[in-house]
Formats: sequence, C-alpha cells, structure tokens
Amino acid sequence: MNGIAARSENYLNVDYRVRSWLSTTDHKRIGVLYLLSLTFFFLVGGVFAVLMRLELLTPAGDLVQPDTYNKLFTMHGIVMVFFFLVPSIPAVFGNFLLPLMIGAKDVAFPRLNLASWYIFMLGGLFTLGAILTGGVDTGWTFYPPYSSVYAHTRVMSAAAGVFIMGFSSILTGINFIVTTHTMRAPGLTWMRLPLFVWSLYATAVILVLGTPALTIALSLIGVERLFGVGIFNPALGGDPLLFQHLFWFYSHPAVYVMILPGMGVQSEIVCHFARMRPYGYKFIAGASLAIAGLGFLVWGHHMFVSGQSAYASMIFSILTFLVAIPSAVKVFAWTATFYRGSISYDTPMLYAFSFIGLFTIGGLTGLFLGSLAVDVHVHDTYFVVAHFHYIMVGGMVMSFLGAMHYWWPKMTGRMYSEAWGRLSALIVFVGFNLTFFPQFVLGYLGMPRRYHAYPSEFQVLHVMSTAGASILGVGFLLPLGYLLWSLKYGPRAGSNPWNLNSLEWQTPSPPPPHNFKETPVIVDEPYGYPVKEGA
Amino acid sequence: MTEVRAAVPIQFDDPAQQREAAALGMWVFLAAEIVFFGGALVCYAAAGWVHGREFALASNDSNLVLGAVNTGVLLTSSWTMALAVHAGRAARRRRLLLFLGGTALLGTVFLVLKGLEYREDWLHQLVPGRSFARSPVAQLYFTFYFILTGIHALHLIVGIGLMAALAVLAARTREPLSGLNLFENAGLYWHFVDIVWIFLFPLLYLRGRHG
Repeated sequence: MNGIAARSENYLNVDYRVRSWLSTTDHKRIGVLYLLSLTFFFLVGGVFAVLMRLELLTPAGDLVQPDTYNKLFTMHGIVMVFFFLVPSIPAVFGNFLLPLMIGAKDVAFPRLNLASWYIFMLGGLFTLGAILTGGVDTGWTFYPPYSSVYAHTRVMSAAAGVFIMGFSSILTGINFIVTTHTMRAPGLTWMRLPLFVWSLYATAVILVLGTPALTIALSLIGVERLFGVGIFNPALGGDPLLFQHLFWFYSHPAVYVMILPGMGVQSEIVCHFARMRPYGYKFIAGASLAIAGLGFLVWGHHMFVSGQSAYASMIFSILTFLVAIPSAVKVFAWTATFYRGSISYDTPMLYAFSFIGLFTIGGLTGLFLGSLAVDVHVHDTYFVVAHFHYIMVGGMVMSFLGAMHYWWPKMTGRMYSEAWGRLSALIVFVGFNLTFFPQFVLGYLGMPRRYHAYPSEFQVLHVMSTAGASILGVGFLLPLGYLLWSLKYGPRAGSNPWNLNSLEWQTPSPPPPHNFKETPVIVDEPYGYPVKEGA
Repeated sequence: MTEVRAAVPIQFDDPAQQREAAALGMWVFLAAEIVFFGGALVCYAAAGWVHGREFALASNDSNLVLGAVNTGVLLTSSWTMALAVHAGRAARRRRLLLFLGGTALLGTVFLVLKGLEYREDWLHQLVPGRSFARSPVAQLYFTFYFILTGIHALHLIVGIGLMAALAVLAARTREPLSGLNLFENAGLYWHFVDIVWIFLFPLLYLRGRHG
C-alpha cells in the first residue's frame, strides 16, 4: 500500500513549479501557503516578545527606550493577533481539512480562497512596512484620539495592513459557511459532521459578522487622521468611546475566533485519541454556536473603567458570565469523554491535555475579570495579560500545535519522531506555565501592563517569566526542526496512521488533488468507536 | 467571471449545487455589508444623539432637490435591475442587455448628480478640512455625510462595473443564460446598494426638514 501511495498523484507532487503554487486553487495547497506565511509571522511576533521579556529581566529600563518598548508590545500584539491567531487554525487546518472532512472536492469558491491568501499577504506587507519603517506604538487596539491625533508613528500603514487583512477573514468566513451548507457529501447530515466542522462554522459566522465592524472602525480612524476631523476626538465634538465600542464589537468576538477552532481541534483529538464517542455531541456542537452568538454581546466588558454607563457594565458583566457556560460545557464534555476511553498518550493528546488545563485556568480568570469590582482592581495589569495568554497561547497555540502533529501525516505523508514530539509538548507546557503563571501574581500585586520599568520587588516574578519564555521558545523551535526533518527522513505514514475512522483518514496521505477518488457516501458519524479491524 | 464554462466547476457535482452555493455566498456577503454600513450608521446615530440640534441645522445645507431626484433615479434603477433579472431567467438576451445597460446608465446618472452635489458642497466650503467654514460640530455632520455617501458611491461604482461585466458576458456567451444565477446575485447586490440609500436619504437630508 505504501508503494502505491508513493507513486500515485497527490496534491504535492502534481506540479512542483512555484507558479503552480502561486496560482493554485486547491484548498490543501492554500492551507500550506497559509501555514508557511503564518509560521513566518509567528516568528516575527515572537521576536518582539523576546525583546520585551529581555527588557523586563531587570527593574530599570536598560535595554530599550520607553518609546521603543511601546512599539514592541504594539507590534507583538498586531502581528500575533491579526497575522497569526485570527487566521491560524481556520486558514491552515480549516482550509486543508474542511473539504476533506465533509467529503467535498474543494471549498465552494476556490478562487476566492486563493484571493483571501493574496489579500492576507498584502495586509501583511503593509504591516511589515510599518514595522520596518519605524514601527507603531498605539497598542494593538488603535485607541483614538491617541492613534488619530497624537501618535507620530506608522499608524496609517499598520492600520491599513489590519484593514486589508480583514477582507481575507471575510472571504474565508463566507467560503466556510457556504461550503458547510452546500458541499457536504451524500448522507453527511449536520448531526454527523465532525465537531471541528461545527467549530469552523461558528468561527466563520463571527468572521463574517464581526470583521466589517473593525473595517469601518479603522476606516474612520484613517479619515480622522488624514483630514483632521473629530469623529472620535472629544475636542472636535466626537466620542472616543464610540471607537472602543466598534473595536470591541469585532475584537471580543475575535477572541472567540481565536479559541473556537482550537476547541474544534480539541474535540477531534480527545475523541479520536481516547477512542470514544464525544460525550454530548449535540452539546459540544451547540456550545460552539452559543459561544459565537453570546460572544457578540459581551464586548463592553473591555470598557468597565472607560466611563461607560454603570448599567451597561452590569449587563455586560452578566452576559460575560453567561458565555462561560457553553465554554464550561465543552470542558466537561471533553473530560467526560475520557471516561472508560482507551487513551493513547501520543503527541496530539499531550497538547489536548495541556489545552484542557490551561484553557480552564484562562477561562476562570476571565470570570474574575468579568466581575465589575475585581476588574477595577486588576484592570490593565499583568493579570489581564496572563489571562488572555492562557486562552490565546495556552488554548489556541496549544491546539494549533496539537493539530499540526495530529494532521501532519495527512498533510505531508510522513510521520515525525514521536519521542521528540512528546518532549517538545512537555517543554512547551512547562515553559508556558513558567512564563505566564507568575504574571497572574504580578498583576494581582499591582504590576501594570505596558511598562518597560518596574519597582524592584517585582523582579523575582519577572525573572521567572523571562526564564519560562526562554524555555517556551525552545519548545516552539523544536517542532520546526523535527517536523522539517520528517519531510525527508520520516517514515511514510500511509493513509491512516492513527487507525481512525473519520473521513479525512480514508483517503491517501498526502491526499490526491481532488481529495477522494469517488464522492464518499456517509452512513455514520465520524466517531463510531471502536474502530473495526482493518479499517 | 470573464469566461463561461460549458461544465460546472470541478468542485461542484451539478449546476443546482453551484447555484445554491452562489446564492448563499451572496447573502452571506450582504450580511457582512450590513455590519459594515451598520457600524458607520451607529457612529452617526451616536453623534446625532449628542448633537441633535446642530446636526439638524447642518443637514439643512444639503441639497434636498438633488438628493430627492437621486432617490428617484436609484429606485428606477432597481426596477430596471429587476426586469434584467427577469429577462435573464427567461433567457431573453436582447431585453437582458437593454435592462443591464439601463441599470448601469441610471447608476451613472446618480453618480453624476452626486458629483454635482459634492462640487456644490466644495464651493460652499462644506468639505471637512482646513477650509471648512462652520463649527466643529457641523464639520462632524459633514464628515459623516461624506463618509456615508462616499462608501455608498463606491459600492455603486462596483455595481456599475458588475453590470458592464455581465452585459459583456451576456453578449458573448452562446450558452443558455438561464442555467446560471449570476443575474439574480448581481440583482441582490444592486438592490442592497439601493436600500442603503433609502436609509441614507432621510437620515442625511431630512434630519432638520420635518415637522
């Protein structure tokens, strides 16, 4: 069988020319293009993080100027949020897997899909241009009137980059929604969809309905900056809170864009590597939609100390507590899925275990922040920084790495070294906690975020955090090494190395250009364990 | 969209699936558009809530006659658009070309009238910027006026381009036109742009002219 797989045509060997990659409409190749681009942006964003952690090693501001530090955290945020986290799992694994998982030959609009990558890269170029010509220092949130009147950095170019990138999000969202509705194989009912598809669908809804608010908000910032008018400038009759409302109307749901696909990956890994049906399939699927819906109603919790109406704050606080319910439903469902499962401790599963613990901590501290009085105490401190890194890195990056290891054999046809995989998963887990757990303590003790210098009593915790970041960095670089190594030297994976029965494993690895030789007919859910012998 | 294929694209099983995907895609896109315009309108509404009286006064400087005529022009264009969709469905090529052309023409008339209006605003120093002649709050009103009508005009330009592209397509292709729902989808887009104007006209022009 391996011999046949090696000779047969697949999406990689069908044409080796660079041009064939740049003009491809194959969703798998577009996923790979995104993977390469996002890895680049992740490293760029990582460089800024390294510089910040180095500066914070000592209480005095001795490595960079205060203004430079402002640029570092701004560019770390912009690059990581808009050019890694938002597109990460949807654009890479969503693109690659959605048609495979629903038995389709491609997404509904393949050319639009390629266009989304080009738009993404154009936005990336603008942002890189802003970075290389001096950087931007507004914070990733672009709050006016600082961003529109007072900042003398590359605000326009950076905002243009994010603005452009938004269109790629919208196109991806439209493609996923339409593909899920119209391209499912015969017999693949909604209740037989893999849970990853449900989470991608919920993500796509947010991308389509949230991103345009960011688009218009950034446009208005641009108009205000170019023409000197005062939409958000109180000196000219405008209102800065208006921008914050618009911005968070996108950016809070975007937080769920940055976690829902991770939850989808999580559901896949937990079920398949515990060889169990998901506990409460409908609840997990429904929770994705509930998170997407409720996620649009909680943006005001970013503005508790902004001077918005106290009644608005109370309502946003209550809604924030509500959105925790579907998130918790998922955590309990994954945990219950393990019960009596046949659990294997392969690398993807190690990342899934990390996710459950870290996401729970990130989620629960989110409830602290959603409580009005506690938020006043820890607002704009390292507590917030730690909280969202537990979600963004502890949740999304963990599941990104889990997904990478889980589907690597499908994408490349090769197996990586399991020993190295487990080692790096362990290093990432230890490094992550050492980096960010001390930040909870720092924040609670009163260390504000976005400062390059601090009182000396905070130094021990900051040194711990920097040490953890170094370990985390090693953990992130290791996969880059052994995964690339496996491309040439890894053993051939065969079509179904994990011996699973979901649809993407029923076609050769790497898959042929149009995924399946014949359109599959689905007769059962993807989690019908135990696997039949010889499947 | 520059060429018509004899067969459906490879990712679809049959034309019905392609039509369904295209229609749903257009609706989802329009949902995104609603949020885009909605964001701008929310800002306008919030500013108007604070500065109601000044906004009403400033809005009286807009050209009601040109605005009203343009509303009529755009509504008529929606009528020709609907007729074009009907002709496309019935595969009547000459009528289709006529109505696509008519729609594009009416859209262009709208833009020309809008341009005249902008010129008048410029001459009256109502364009926000250094030369603006009134108070900062009046400038805020005119900022919204130009942003909202500007993004609407951009959408209309896209729509006119779409009409032109479809007209070329309809003139060239020898395939039966009724198999595709391009015309329906273009119609959805055109009507959407029209409906946006239905909101903009009273909000921007009639603010201080009632009661």
